Amino acid sequence: MDYLQYLRLDKMPHIWCDGCGHGIILKSILRSIDKLGWDKNDIAMVSGIGCSSRTPGYVDFNTLHTTHGRALAFATGLKIANPRLHVIVVSGDGDATAIGGNHFIHAARRNIDVTMIIYNNYIYGMTGGQVSPTTPSRKKASTAPYGNPDEPFDISRLAQAAGAAYVARSTVYHVGRTDKYIEQALTKTGFSVVEVLTPCPTSYGRRNKEGTAVDMMMAQKANSVGLERAKNMSEEELEGKIITGVFVDKDQKSYLTRYNEVVEQARNAK
Amino acid sequence: MKNISEITINEQWCKSCEICVSFCPKKVYEMGRFYPIAARPEDCIACKLCEKLCPDFAIIVTAPEKPDLNKK
Repeated sequence: MDYLQYLRLDKMPHIWCDGCGHGIILKSILRSIDKLGWDKNDIAMVSGIGCSSRTPGYVDFNTLHTTHGRALAFATGLKIANPRLHVIVVSGDGDATAIGGNHFIHAARRNIDVTMIIYNNYIYGMTGGQVSPTTPSRKKASTAPYGNPDEPFDISRLAQAAGAAYVARSTVYHVGRTDKYIEQALTKTGFSVVEVLTPCPTSYGRRNKEGTAVDMMMAQKANSVGLERAKNMSEEELEGKIITGVFVDKDQKSYLTRYNEVVEQARNAK
Repeated sequence: MKNISEITINEQWCKSCEICVSFCPKKVYEMGRFYPIAARPEDCIACKLCEKLCPDFAIIVTAPEKPDLNKK
């Protein structure tokens, strides 16, 4: 397929560092959209602030670059104003679960019909490598030079608990699987989340001595465990592993359906 | 006639992360001084893994046309 037809060529090359996996995820999104054959004018891509949130700047859809963490709030308005649009939210781990944490859980609870792709690189890359809610315990960051004392958020489990209709996790190494999950998420009615783990060699890898982007991607390969296999493993065995797979895939009424039901009920009551 | 994939590397966009060099299953690429070089394009099986994994949109692989088996 031709990726360039979806890009704003005057904005290229992109600003992501050498070896950053964000470009690989963007390609996955473009491949999925290409496979579905959607028109560029029917897609709206919304983002907040961060490395990952630069994505809408490079793609030739209807795009919206909003305030930090508030991408979902803007996307909700967009979807309700124009339900015909396919709304895709791209967000980083900090943008989605720290600054926009409340928007995230409530969008999942209300089952708003948007697709959210979360680029999880364990760190705030753009602002200088501060510790994020998903930084693993004891890993170093610029604001945790002796190691992060906290336990990390598990984004997929969080989305699952909050009531999302579709939740999946993959890594940039497993590029075929990422394509599949993003395509399923895009076609799903209701709030769908795909968390993709991506290497940040500049801010995260360098501080934690994880080597180059290639080394970090090989580590993703070595540490990934499928959901089915993980069920038979003990907690000790799963220490430091990445569980990948589809966590949730269920059909439930989206926010728009429920809202229209309320409108209908109120009309009939008169 | 040889069927060789056409591999184009956009040196303006490449950031030399070496992902293509490391992950190509047939070891087609070699690292040049600054940019990867498709050193053995005849080994390419057009799986397009390098194209999928290139974060910088710098690689385009065009598979050779499949030989027409019905033709005699």
